[in-house]
Amino acid sequence: MIYALGRLDFSWDRFVTGLDNGARFIGRMLPPRIAQPDSLAKGLIESLEIAILASSMGILLSLPIGLFAARNLMPVWATWPARAIIAAARSFHPVIVAIIFVKAVGFGALAGICALVVASIGFIGKLFAEAIEEISLKQVEAVRATGASFMNVILFGVLPQVFGRFIGFATYQLDSNLRNSTMVGIVGAGGIGGTLFSAFQRFDYDFVAAILLSIIAMIMAGEVLATWVRGVFLEKGKVDGE
Amino acid sequence: MNAASTALSVRGLVKEYVRGKKVLDGITIDFAASGLSAVIGPSGTGKSTLLRCVNRLVEPTAGQIHFGGRDIAPLKGRALREARREIGMVFQEYNLVERLSVMENLLSGRLGYTPAFKAWLRRFPQEDIDRAFALLDQVGLGSFANQRADALSGGQRQRVGIARAVMQRPKLLLADEPTSSLDPKTSVEIMGIMRDLGREHGIPVIVNMHDVELAKRFADRIVGMSGGRIVYDGPPDGLTDDVLKTIYGGESWLAG
Repeated sequence: MIYALGRLDFSWDRFVTGLDNGARFIGRMLPPRIAQPDSLAKGLIESLEIAILASSMGILLSLPIGLFAARNLMPVWATWPARAIIAAARSFHPVIVAIIFVKAVGFGALAGICALVVASIGFIGKLFAEAIEEISLKQVEAVRATGASFMNVILFGVLPQVFGRFIGFATYQLDSNLRNSTMVGIVGAGGIGGTLFSAFQRFDYDFVAAILLSIIAMIMAGEVLATWVRGVFLEKGKVDGE
Repeated sequence: MNAASTALSVRGLVKEYVRGKKVLDGITIDFAASGLSAVIGPSGTGKSTLLRCVNRLVEPTAGQIHFGGRDIAPLKGRALREARREIGMVFQEYNLVERLSVMENLLSGRLGYTPAFKAWLRRFPQEDIDRAFALLDQVGLGSFANQRADALSGGQRQRVGIARAVMQRPKLLLADEPTSSLDPKTSVEIMGIMRDLGREHGIPVIVNMHDVELAKRFADRIVGMSGGRIVYDGPPDGLTDDVLKTIYGGESWLAG
């Protein structure tokens, strides 16, 4: 640890100099100023679109992948590839995945969407598979005993047991995608991140502050949205689904 | 017993969970197309395995199971599901889908006949829904249709379990220790419901149980198992202390 401290120049003096810099930086951020309202609005909306599209597609894709990965219901030939996909999707931070997609499909929102779909599959797929592995097999056995087809066993024996948790994972992922969608722009994958990055590079710190504040507002709005989605599904669930 | 009046005919059924350890040691038995048969015997003697081999929730190691005019032991896939939907099953721990309503649990008895997209949308034929309401009335839960299954008591759950099995319009009803988790009064009620529904709908019923008195009271026929074999098969009157000693071993448990 001491060696690392020495090597990284992590000293008290360095910290105090840093604080000085920080104070100047904050000074220049105040008051926040919306220098380019157009690019701010465009960036925010694009981030929102990236988050919503990536969440929808990621959720839809992770349903079957998570199901195939559940070892208590599926044979090894199905769980192995599904688990490999989930593990691969979880291996890299979304920013790294975003860089790969920027190289693959070019700059812009498409790369951001692809990156966050991958992140969503990794997260929801894994948790969904784990939720299925914890269900009561007695209920599944009873549905099987009625002669139900495989799909019907899933619909009546499995889904009711995991539906509530799945909604929880999905809304959490929507929230997380919203945050990540503001960041993939830094590597050119679309969204407000690009605007933020260029403002940093131009030393427009007052505009940076305005962008940061609007991101906070968007995340809060997303939180409200997620709570609302949870409410809708779990309320409905009491009657016929969950 | 001729073929027409036989619902189920088991021939030389063997089950080994571990190679060389026979839980069922060559069971051969016929069940008539009506009446309630009780299978009694000590724990771990293969009663439950026998029942689960019949609807193939457990894979038999060897032997034949003749049901509905064919041997269902080797069936797979669709053919197996079609055989299963003609066999209702009642479980010791009810095995209801806890988060679904009572009505949905009853309708799940029709899943063998319902395509997945209709089941998903809960579009069951009106005929099934009417029948479900009628059966709920019969088991005394007429006002519980929209309750979630996890809100019910044990006895109520088992009534739903029985109604779900009868919803299948089965040609055979299996019940695996249906009263073992219930108090004595509820146990008697549950056995009564199974006997009555079996009679009314013309379904032969096979019940695993370890309560000898309850078996004597409700069964038309008693099958005693011990060590994976059938050691008694006859009317309830024939269950003398000697026979019970053969089934359960020892005698200290028999009240003087």
